[in-house]
Amino acid sequence: MSITVYVPSDSCAVSMGADQVAAAISKQAQNRGLEVNIVRNGSRGMYWLEPMVEVATAAGRVAYGPVQKSDVEGLFEADFLNGGAHELNLGLTEELDYFKRQQRLTFARVGITDPISLDDYIKHDGYRGLKNALAMNSADIVKHVTDSGLRGRGGAAFPTGIKWNTVLNTPAEQKYIICNADEGDSGTFSDRMIMEGDPFVLVEGMTIAGLGVGATQGYIYLRVEYPHAEETLNAAIAAAYEAGYLGDNILGSGHSFHLEVRIGAGAYVCGEETSLMESLEGKRGLVRFKPPLPAISGLFGKPTVVNNVISLASVPIILDKGGDYYRDFGMGRSRGTLPIQLSGNIKHPGLVESAFGLTLRELLYDFGGGSASGRPIRAVQVGGPLGSYMPESQFDTPLDYEAFSAIWAVLGHGGIVVFDDTVNMAEMARYSMEFCAVESCGKCTPCRIGSTRGTEVMDAIINGDNLSKNIPLLRDLCDTLLNGSLCALGGMTPYPVLSALNHFPEDFGGHDQANAA
Amino acid sequence: MTDLNGKQEAVRNAIASLKDKPGALLPILHSVQDALGYIPAESIPEIAKALNLSRAEVHGVISFYHYFRETPPGKHTVHVCRAESCQAMGSKRLESHVKSKLGIDYHETTADGKFSLEPVYCLGLCARSPSMQIDDAVYGRVTDDRFDEIVNELETSL
Repeated sequence: MSITVYVPSDSCAVSMGADQVAAAISKQAQNRGLEVNIVRNGSRGMYWLEPMVEVATAAGRVAYGPVQKSDVEGLFEADFLNGGAHELNLGLTEELDYFKRQQRLTFARVGITDPISLDDYIKHDGYRGLKNALAMNSADIVKHVTDSGLRGRGGAAFPTGIKWNTVLNTPAEQKYIICNADEGDSGTFSDRMIMEGDPFVLVEGMTIAGLGVGATQGYIYLRVEYPHAEETLNAAIAAAYEAGYLGDNILGSGHSFHLEVRIGAGAYVCGEETSLMESLEGKRGLVRFKPPLPAISGLFGKPTVVNNVISLASVPIILDKGGDYYRDFGMGRSRGTLPIQLSGNIKHPGLVESAFGLTLRELLYDFGGGSASGRPIRAVQVGGPLGSYMPESQFDTPLDYEAFSAIWAVLGHGGIVVFDDTVNMAEMARYSMEFCAVESCGKCTPCRIGSTRGTEVMDAIINGDNLSKNIPLLRDLCDTLLNGSLCALGGMTPYPVLSALNHFPEDFGGHDQANAA
Repeated sequence: MTDLNGKQEAVRNAIASLKDKPGALLPILHSVQDALGYIPAESIPEIAKALNLSRAEVHGVISFYHYFRETPPGKHTVHVCRAESCQAMGSKRLESHVKSKLGIDYHETTADGKFSLEPVYCLGLCARSPSMQIDDAVYGRVTDDRFDEIVNELETSL
């Protein structure tokens, strides 16, 4: 009987040699006359163990990792196909502490199923949410999402149910669902993992959204930096069309929903929803003034739901198990679970999905195991390149949108980038300004000019030039960016810059000058 | 078939198969760049005409997006991630090594046409920083030595 072996096709696992490992396993099995069925799954998210090979045994899936192709022969010698002892044997995957301590709702299937097998998806509770939704009217679908307390996982944390309700109640002959898959924040990769590891959950979530608001066309706006995700999504969409889960008359219900992947072209600002729509319309990705809200006048001037990948991928379980089930996870007004991404200088980088409320310290030390370099952790940036740098004194902050905003930080997309004590925070502040200058769409002056001036002022500060004048000037510029920019790119660049200055003044030429203003 | 004809054919195919999509310009530009490696200046009037746009508008879109290019790339394109997670793991050092090994700066192509170098702001491989991409292949935990190894291998295969 053939034995099933799982080797992730997740691009981060591939970046560590997963393809070569899969090929070596296949070759060894052939040489030994053994029947092995290799499934290319998503990643379980324990990236320091990737490529992590799993073998299906009677006791459950046994993990080996990190496996290099040179290890494969030894694994066969050690009878790994029957869970044999080997120095890379990690035991049962689901008993690994890092994995066991999580609460996986959105990521329930990632790393477990074959991402492009519709059968596998359905066997693991897929499309149950859509089937429930098909038996409801639009208002009830939206009510479940409202009751779940789901807020946009892209960063702004706007309640998803309210957005959907606005689109539902805006009459139009055509409405759209857009999935914002332009995950461009450094330190975030949960969208990529879903799209590569369980694309059907996104397809299902978008289909439910279409039914909920009366939209028949959806677009996934995917960043060009994610070619692996493009391939997986297109394979899943084709399979869903083939089986009648997409297209006209879905499962004989009389409802229609069409879905297409559109590729961006390397502009960070197109992660902003109005720039994204301009780009989808075939134009430069310039930010639009709001109002009108996209929910009222969005893509091609029609009512449009724009949601992040994780928001939409959280919808199937809400419709499967009910809004109340999802709402019962979390704390305060942050309901459900958040996929958290640990990266940068950390020993155990990876994805942790858990209910809101874990503290940074738990994530950095209990899950992350401290820094990769073994040196003290000095700063963490949470929420992407526009998120604040947080010092050790803030590591007990719970992951909760309100708790973060109370200390002028952002939770954003749940990405956590760790820096040890070799980091220079003035250099990081300069980088934030430079990044804003490179990526500004140019429509508003505070962002376009402010970021270039900001880079120059940071250069002067790093040189130690006239600090008593330049540090107040930097604060003044940040104030203009913060209050005068059209969108979050200019409006939030001051978060990393000012948090670096406020929490790490010693890197800006000394305490006195930095605190003078 | 001359080179010029090949280019024209790629542009015409892209226009013919995609022009009726809503918001067709980006898909057309992608299709041209996928086929040719860049978007030749002489294709702009044809694309503009097919979409009822001005040439300036099409040029404006090409120049807005970092990914689109109007000059041919080298045989291989190296994308080095410059984002924060990679910086926390030493990407600045790697960047200078890559530049000195290839002898070029960002947005340049080596004189022998073998390599182009581009920065990228996040490949989503943050859990294995520093990372890079060469053509379609992704690499995590890149050290100076590993970069040299990969590049030397590509050089000998050219």
